[in-house]
Amino acid sequence: MTTETATPTVNAAKASARDAIKANVREYGLIIALIAIMIFFQIMTKGVLFYPVNLTNIVLQNSYIIVMALGMLLVIVAGHIDLSVGSVAGFIGGAAAVLMVDYGFNPFIAAVLCIALGAVIGGVQGYFVAYMKIPSFIVTLAGMLVFKGLLLWLLSGRSLGPFPVEFQMLSAGFIPDFIGPWTLVAPTLNANGGPTPGTGIVLHATTLLIGIIIVALMLFFALKSRRNRESHGYEAEPFGFFIVKNVVMAAIIMFLMYKFASYKGLPNVLIVMAILIAGFVFLTKRMTFGRRIYAMGGNIKAAALSGIMTERLTFYIFSIMGALAGLAGLIYAARLNQATPKAGLGMELDVIAAVFVGGASAMGGIGEVAGAVIGAFIMGVMNNGMGIMGINIDWQQVIKGLVLLGAVAFDLYNKKKA
Amino acid sequence: MSDYILEMRGITKVFPGVKALENVNLKVRRGDIHAICGENGAGKSTLMKVLSGVYPYGTYDGEIYYEGKECRFTGIHDSEKLGIVIIHQELALVPMLSIAENMFLGNEQATGGMINWSVTRKRAHDLLRKVGLREDPDTLVTNIGTGKQQLVEIAKALAKDVKLLILDEPTASLSERDSQALLDLLLEFKTQGMTSIMISHKLNEIKRVADQITVIRDGQSIETMEREDVTEDRIVTSMVGRTLENRYPHRTPKIGETMFELKNWSVHHPIHPERQIIKNVNLTVRKGEVVGIAGLMGAGRTELAMSVFGRTYGVNITGEVFLHGKKADTSTVGKAVKAGLAYATEDRKVYGLNLIDHIKHNVTIANLPGVSSKAGVIDDMHELKVANEYRRKTNIRSSSVYQITGNLSGGNQQKVVLSKWLFADPDVLILDEPTRGIDVGAKYEIYTIINQLASDGKGIMIISSEMPELLGICDRIYVLNEGRIVGEMEAAEASQEKIMRAIVRGHAREEQLEAAS
Ligand SMILES: Nc1ncnc2c1ncn2[C@@H]1O[C@H](COP(=O)(O)OP(=O)(O)OP(=O)(O)O)[C@@H](O)[C@H]1O
Ligand SMILES: [Mg+2]
Repeated sequence: MTTETATPTVNAAKASARDAIKANVREYGLIIALIAIMIFFQIMTKGVLFYPVNLTNIVLQNSYIIVMALGMLLVIVAGHIDLSVGSVAGFIGGAAAVLMVDYGFNPFIAAVLCIALGAVIGGVQGYFVAYMKIPSFIVTLAGMLVFKGLLLWLLSGRSLGPFPVEFQMLSAGFIPDFIGPWTLVAPTLNANGGPTPGTGIVLHATTLLIGIIIVALMLFFALKSRRNRESHGYEAEPFGFFIVKNVVMAAIIMFLMYKFASYKGLPNVLIVMAILIAGFVFLTKRMTFGRRIYAMGGNIKAAALSGIMTERLTFYIFSIMGALAGLAGLIYAARLNQATPKAGLGMELDVIAAVFVGGASAMGGIGEVAGAVIGAFIMGVMNNGMGIMGINIDWQQVIKGLVLLGAVAFDLYNKKKA
Repeated sequence: MSDYILEMRGITKVFPGVKALENVNLKVRRGDIHAICGENGAGKSTLMKVLSGVYPYGTYDGEIYYEGKECRFTGIHDSEKLGIVIIHQELALVPMLSIAENMFLGNEQATGGMINWSVTRKRAHDLLRKVGLREDPDTLVTNIGTGKQQLVEIAKALAKDVKLLILDEPTASLSERDSQALLDLLLEFKTQGMTSIMISHKLNEIKRVADQITVIRDGQSIETMEREDVTEDRIVTSMVGRTLENRYPHRTPKIGETMFELKNWSVHHPIHPERQIIKNVNLTVRKGEVVGIAGLMGAGRTELAMSVFGRTYGVNITGEVFLHGKKADTSTVGKAVKAGLAYATEDRKVYGLNLIDHIKHNVTIANLPGVSSKAGVIDDMHELKVANEYRRKTNIRSSSVYQITGNLSGGNQQKVVLSKWLFADPDVLILDEPTRGIDVGAKYEIYTIINQLASDGKGIMIISSEMPELLGICDRIYVLNEGRIVGEMEAAEASQEKIMRAIVRGHAREEQLEAAS
């Protein structure tokens, strides 16, 4: 009844290209920051950063952080924190070593057992947080100490390895090239008649094919959701902008795939990560489970009065976090090819930093999976780039700390302005 | 020529996507009580925030003259220095601090950073006396009721040497009696020469105390009326831009069998379990019936509703709930919702909304299965359609369903809470102060929705402190006093006097019982 038309509304206004860019700069600000940082280090390292082998390394070095950042995002959006993930990851790595090396377990069975153990550990902590109402900071601080100690006890101070070859493949392996290598430029032969490393261009064809499939799927879904919006009579972004955005994304994906293809192809662990990331994006954006986490983090009292089982939800979140910490512990152990008493030390801080750099709110209720992943890569690329540049570890820490603070400050400033 | 203490000229304030104020003018005479009226989202609170420096100079256009001088406030401390003090729509007291500590928060009675407690207590005591509040200054704010908290806010303003007091809907959450006391207080301050600006949706109160009334509609100042010329209808017409025939829409009740029944319901206080808050309550709601629960603030109405709805209040709960004649399990919110019960809370900020998320997500959160597949995948387009539909139905004023609920005006937040529970599609809907802070036009819309629900065969239970509202829309009214039902009457036979008499009688009986035990 009231004067709807006289109300100042904007939703009816035709979305202009400028509006779309403005809206998207905020949304893609993190990606742009990551690209800028990569270009910066590409220049500072005189081109080393983008070497195929180095890009592959960046993925391998950060895989376990990213895996845990996915769970940490849920925890932080729910309004909690988990300080125990580093210790739990280390402990699970130790348990994996004991099972496989000392007791000769089948690597696959051992891995499943270890991830389940991680989930149980997370669940126990979650129980204390959710049902006993002990602040997560305290519960997981305790967990951090407990599992750090248990790892030392488990390994009795020694390092345990090596792992069975199949298990090492988790972190050291690459996907097989089903289609066969594709030689663009034949490498020069050395005296023995074998190819000289670093010459010629031989591509991992399967990797390229996967890249093409991903780009095709991405475009398909982007178009479909655009159609869907339009058919329901809602404004979509201008077509030109839509095209440019997707072409740029496609180009970036193909560029990275090309880089991977010119080394050994896609690392196995990247496939694991990609599936997890896709799963968590879907979980948080499209599933009721994810929506409830945001609602709970935003206002737990209102969520409870809306019929959300906040306690059970919290319990599940910590269980998921535990399982992911377990998986991360396996990846880390496989990468080092041994379990060490110091494994996982301080890892939780990198994980938490990644989530906050990625735009999550410490108050809960706000944060995105994509943000956390990009946040992890931002920190990871900086580690890698500064390492190549030969910056001392002490200054690396200082710079990373400042970047964390700066990123969050910038984010808040932007939100205030908006 | 009158003497103006304040003049605001050509105020324009824009939020991203929303022009909240456009060229608003306001002149306030010295020593007046100046009322500001307008629909939800008209821009009343925003105007007062501009005046008090919450939105600093530079974030709005226009000029503010106070005591004849132009003011450019950079924050509330600037305006407070000049004696302009605002009491916001939502109370801003720290619950776990004492009354005295709250009163001097940011304005501590201290020398060199050392708080002087005896001076603090003495001054607090004097100021509390002034506002007519007999409470120990050391009492924690959390332990006193909303009415008293409002008085503490006023005492806090007095502590700052207030010359121009701004009250944003001060009586919205007060009982009839507390409201009267507060208005009397304002009138008394007026005789002492203080100027006040009061925002309110309660036209009878405005009529009672205001010297001048300025109406704002859609971010523009429409007119300023003198006390002599004002009738409630005139204000309403000016607010909504047309005449409103009736305050309460007509409905011919079609009442069916009993739908909801509460038997021997007793609840104890969660922290002091020896205190019984709800005492052996029996009540029924029939199909198509609108049942009101009247009572004074603190009578236990909200506690009753919340204890039924998933036992979200109280301990040692005994008694039975029947829905459709069958015993129902409402021991968790999830089960209560499943059984067909819904409860729209009175406190939208604390219990009603996720303030950092937008309207769309808030509307669907209590009924996510309604917009998702069995596997728990949300259908985005369906959700958007639902959100838009309820935004239209309840006439939520926002830039779109993507507006963050924390940025909505108070009344519109209330409508989001209501939308959420309408979408949950319950059989029995308990509405706790559903029109608190809502303008007359929107109230009418909400009553219409309630009527619609009733004729759709739902049972409605309404808790309200506004007796005229209960009398206007209910079929039957229960009177609750100190946790006990002390009266039940058909609306046709009910009146304010009858309800009050029931309360007084109940009170006397309660005292007898106490004396006996
Ligand atoms: N921080 C903000 N960001 C965006 N929009 C805002 C913000 N604050 C207020 N608004 C918008 O400005 C308009 C005026 O809001 P305001 O709170 O002044 O209304 P009001 O007249 O006080 O209403 P009510 O009677 O419901 O309290 C509304 O449309 C509201 O959505
Ligand atoms: Mg307001």
